[in-house]
Amino acid sequence: MRKILLTLFLAATALLYAAPILFMVYSSFKPDNEVLVGLTSGRFFAADLSWQNYADVFHRVSFGRYLFNSLFITLSVVLLGLVVNSLAGYAFARLHWFGHKALFGLVLALMIIPFEAIAVPMFYQMSYLGWRDSYLVQILPFVANAFSIYLFYTFFIGLPREFEEAARVDGAGTFRIFTSLILPNSKPAFASVTILTFLMQWGTFLWPLMVTSGERVRPLPVAVAQFQTLPPLQWGDIMAFGVMMVAPVMVIFLLFQRWFVAGIAATGTKG
Amino acid sequence: MNNTFRRDNRVGWLMAAPALTGLALFIGLPFLLALILSFTNLKLASPLPLTFVGLQHYARILQDPVFLRALLNNLLFAVVVVPLQTGCALLLALLVNRKLPGMVVFRTLFFLPVIFPFALISVVWMLLYAPGPNGVINSVLELLTFGFWQPQDFLHNQYLALPAIMVVSIWQGAGFQMIVYLAGLQDISEELYEAARLDGANSWQQFWYVTFPCLRNTTLFVVSVTTILSFRLFDQVQIMTKGGPLNATATVVFEAVRAAFERQQIARGSAMTVVFFIIVLCLTVFQRRMVSEDRRVG
Repeated sequence: MRKILLTLFLAATALLYAAPILFMVYSSFKPDNEVLVGLTSGRFFAADLSWQNYADVFHRVSFGRYLFNSLFITLSVVLLGLVVNSLAGYAFARLHWFGHKALFGLVLALMIIPFEAIAVPMFYQMSYLGWRDSYLVQILPFVANAFSIYLFYTFFIGLPREFEEAARVDGAGTFRIFTSLILPNSKPAFASVTILTFLMQWGTFLWPLMVTSGERVRPLPVAVAQFQTLPPLQWGDIMAFGVMMVAPVMVIFLLFQRWFVAGIAATGTKG
Repeated sequence: MNNTFRRDNRVGWLMAAPALTGLALFIGLPFLLALILSFTNLKLASPLPLTFVGLQHYARILQDPVFLRALLNNLLFAVVVVPLQTGCALLLALLVNRKLPGMVVFRTLFFLPVIFPFALISVVWMLLYAPGPNGVINSVLELLTFGFWQPQDFLHNQYLALPAIMVVSIWQGAGFQMIVYLAGLQDISEELYEAARLDGANSWQQFWYVTFPCLRNTTLFVVSVTTILSFRLFDQVQIMTKGGPLNATATVVFEAVRAAFERQQIARGSAMTVVFFIIVLCLTVFQRRMVSEDRRVG
């Protein structure tokens, strides 16, 4: 009995907590002039639902373009980042090279610097190079990531050394060992880094706001903020934009959920 | 051994080089630039020659009422959001840390806001905060107070705008901290609870004398991360209020970006950036010191 009550209580709390999101989804199917009606008016739950808003989004802005931009930028950062940061993580965890201790200390120190602390000078740096308003300026600076290196490092250092030593005796080189022995045994680390990078990159707002000036390379977060200010104000369309914008993240999240939670937990217990 | 080192040395550098180059060019260099530029008079598209102006920008921004207001807003934000969000997160973690049917679904629902981009969250809450009796939050409050609530224009009211953004942040971030707490809770050994029960501790005493002390480092982590996030506040402000009304929601990062981006004052923006970084650095050092002290004692 107590269990049932507790479950009901939890269900109610969880639904209330998710209410803003449910409201977004529900509103995206309502006619624009029916979105803003009071809860008590009786009309709140009595609207004709349709896909009209979704069609309107595509008529009013180049949603496809924004979606492509976001996907292209995010996937590039994720994939290049996996390669670059896992290699560095392995070099720090397993190899003895000149300066590796000092440099690892430096990488850990860089983790403290939030992006906001370098946005302004980097804006100047990129203006100087003439890289503004490009994909490059949204991808390249975010490939190397101190936190990803750290996550890979902590994972690799926990792997047993015996396999590597056996492979060494058999004459395998370091790269061979990395690709054929370490990679297949490190799926959790790769999955955690993938989903953390994906989420961070998918939602990034400040940087593209500063460096993009047209729809050509502009990603979804800046586009949704802009769409909200585009007259006439049609809340149904805006909510439909939102649902479509978050759908890819939902897919990634549901696919990688287990590793995601593990990755977050790792930030708390090891950081 | 010497041979191993020579082989490792070459391969190690080779493997680390791409990441290290990236970090040097896109974090190290801009970070140094921020320091250097803050001592100059650099403005984009300015005809004046570049000169060294010393601490002039720092002296000016620390006397600028808008920047001081922004600092105060960040501080207020931290003072309110950190305890509330941490408390909510711990409460949620305790709630979902049991074996009941459907628990995975509940956890996912609490966690859902975390995966939403700030920009989208901000836009959705602008709709929820819509002025007039038909705005969702206004009509909920009216319902709860049996009609006594007078509809408010939350985001254009200088006393309500910052609290309105605080609510959004707490709602959005609590799920993330909940997961961190959940991991901490599951690390606590069951034996400790058994021992406490043998000593006749009730559930409240078990929480206070077993759970809470064991979560000390987790709490320190959650508190410091949330405090740092409070000082990084930007997206919601940019989208929901543009720092207004009357600078009631201006923040340090918002002011730095506004200086650099809207007024081309790179040097001034850089100085604000450095002030922001010093705050973050102090918070981080404080957290690390607290954690390491604990380790020495334990």
